[in-house]
Amino acid sequence: MSELVLLKNIHDPNAHQIATYEGSGGYQGLRLALRDFSPDEVIDEVKSANLRGRGGAGFPTGLKWGFVPKDSPLPRYLCCNADEGEPGTFKDRILMERDPHQLIEGMVIAAYAIGCRTAYLYIRGEYQLSIDHCQQAIDEAHARGYLGPDILGSGHGLDIHIHKGAGAYICGEETALLESIEGRRGQPKLKPPFPAVAGLYECPTVVNNVETLACLPHLFRRGSEWFAAIGPDHSPGPKLFGLSGQVKRPGVYEMPMGLSLGELLEEHGGGALNGQFKAAIPGGVSAPMFPRSEFDVKMDFGSLAAAGSMLGSAGVIGLDETASIPVVARRITEFFSHESCGKCTPCREGLTWAAKILRRIEAGQGQPGDVEQLEMLCGGIFGNSFCALGDGAAWALGATVKHFRPEFDALIPAQAQAG
Amino acid sequence: MDLAPEVQTIMARYPTSRSAIMPVLELAQQKYGVVDGDVYQTVAELLDVPEIWVFEVASFYTLFDRTVTGRHHIRLCTNLSCQLRGSDALLIHLQRRLDVESGGTTRDGIFTLSAVECLGACEVAPVLMVDRQYIGDLTVEKLDALLASLADQPAEEMS
Ligand SMILES: NC(=O)C1=CN([C@@H]2O[C@H](COP(=O)(O)OP(=O)(O)OC[C@H]3O[C@@H](n4cnc5c(N)ncnc54)[C@H](O)[C@@H]3O)[C@@H](O)[C@H]2O)C=CC1
Ligand SMILES: Cc1cc2nc3c(=O)[nH]c(=O)nc-3n(C[C@H](O)[C@H](O)[C@H](O)COP(=O)(O)O)c2cc1C
Ligand code: SF4
Ligand code: FES
Repeated sequence: MSELVLLKNIHDPNAHQIATYEGSGGYQGLRLALRDFSPDEVIDEVKSANLRGRGGAGFPTGLKWGFVPKDSPLPRYLCCNADEGEPGTFKDRILMERDPHQLIEGMVIAAYAIGCRTAYLYIRGEYQLSIDHCQQAIDEAHARGYLGPDILGSGHGLDIHIHKGAGAYICGEETALLESIEGRRGQPKLKPPFPAVAGLYECPTVVNNVETLACLPHLFRRGSEWFAAIGPDHSPGPKLFGLSGQVKRPGVYEMPMGLSLGELLEEHGGGALNGQFKAAIPGGVSAPMFPRSEFDVKMDFGSLAAAGSMLGSAGVIGLDETASIPVVARRITEFFSHESCGKCTPCREGLTWAAKILRRIEAGQGQPGDVEQLEMLCGGIFGNSFCALGDGAAWALGATVKHFRPEFDALIPAQAQAG
Repeated sequence: MDLAPEVQTIMARYPTSRSAIMPVLELAQQKYGVVDGDVYQTVAELLDVPEIWVFEVASFYTLFDRTVTGRHHIRLCTNLSCQLRGSDALLIHLQRRLDVESGGTTRDGIFTLSAVECLGACEVAPVLMVDRQYIGDLTVEKLDALLASLADQPAEEMS
């Protein structure tokens, strides 16, 4: 068992209080960052640690911060993405409920690096306990001088405001999230310009995931070399994995990246609920599933991408022998169709149509050619959608058909007879 | 029911008053129980923004109730991790017990039932949110006990 970093305090019922946090080394990373590093050196340190974004895309965090223009007269903003809506994902909620000061300290370090004085923490509205504990943590941090106009005498100041989401998965997409803070409907905007250049109120803005920011206190307390040495070369640092679905021991697990999907499900998840696993989704429902025969794939950014899927939100969902893949395909397609923001045609129309076909297949009223039509739709949506929601939906659906075609055929009367 | 003092605090967090629309709508929903035509107008006047901006936001986000809901709003997650652990059967059970479809409110006005997307608590699937609280590892027995305890409890006690 490797050392726990992000989750080391979560079983302590007082972990969300500042006294407990400080007692276990909390806010020392911030002290060191402010005392020993200039903002540019903070960025360099994060680059040498090779911290990659935990929100799904794995983009190098230091590199992103480095894109914030140094000479801009505009204010800079930091927005923490705590909209966590990807089905199968709950790691950020656990961090915010149980040990929120890690996030607050991480936000102060990030804000110092990019020269930001106002930060927003965008939490999905359903997460009431996260909202309460983060607000309490913000208030405690103010009282202790970790937030406010002059943090620990450094001359650097920061205020953090919580902005609550109101039930829209698309607001997790960073440009939609910024639209939402601006008081609009959450519809994605064209990138580039990336938010780092023109984001919130058209000002340079960094958007980072909760877990990404929560890594920073540890990175600065223990150094970039320590961080970079954890796990595989290109995917370093502590990592949270959510296990759910038909596994015996669902929950959040921390470990270095690079172990196999099978090990994660069998050894940590305790195996399948009923019989054996049939398939598993590695990173939230946007990530294409793997059949059991491919469970030796390694759980890190590069290996999963090379195998045709992605680490995504690292929300692993196990499907056992009792799961029907066409039903799973229908449910996730209905989800994406429901959450489509409606801005672009391939996603809005294509997903509605695909869901309709999947419902009729499930009801035993499928026609020969329906599966080909699903494949055609996936091809039309993928690569033609305005944002990654449409792409992810098509990619995930495509994988169900690719790996489990006979299950679809068996539900289509004419096809089943022929086969 | 004066929203103004709290609205000032909210507006101070943002450089534009448009940004305050979401939090002020939430505040209004807490006070009035619903956000509809009158509320759009009130919020628009308080923030000095066009009413259409308020309507746009209220109609986009699903947590804003634009029609009156029951005293307790049960939101049952039916997304994948919950479905794999039996949420479909729980939804049918709730629909039968309450005699409503998803999205509907019971005739006595006590319950609104919604089937919702992932609540972000898949480790305790199947899970629901009632008013502001999460209840996980659901079974039919647990649902029945919950309905019984809620039937004669005002909404505030759950939050
Ligand atoms: N955590 C969750 O609940 C969910 C996560 N996702 C994940 O989201 C991912 C897609 O997210 P996107 O933001 O569309 O990915 P992206 O690849 O466009 O961007 C990733 C990050 O890097 C930044 N970036 C990339 N290139 C840049 C450049 N040249 N200059 C400055 N900044 C740059 C972006 O601003 C963003 O912050 C998917 O991989 C999926 O796994 C999707 C749904 C839900
Ligand atoms: C549809 C959609 C939903 C997303 N939801 C989330 C989310 O809930 N949380 C998150 O951190 N990133 C989410 N992302 C990714 C963000 O756009 C962005 O890449 C991320 O917040 C950047 O933070 P990171 O670099 O720290 O990972 C989503 C992307 C898409 C396309
Ligand atoms: S892909 Fe879907 S969610 Fe993304 S912009 Fe287009 S319609 Fe909206
Ligand atoms: S799928 Fe039900 S809480 Fe995530």
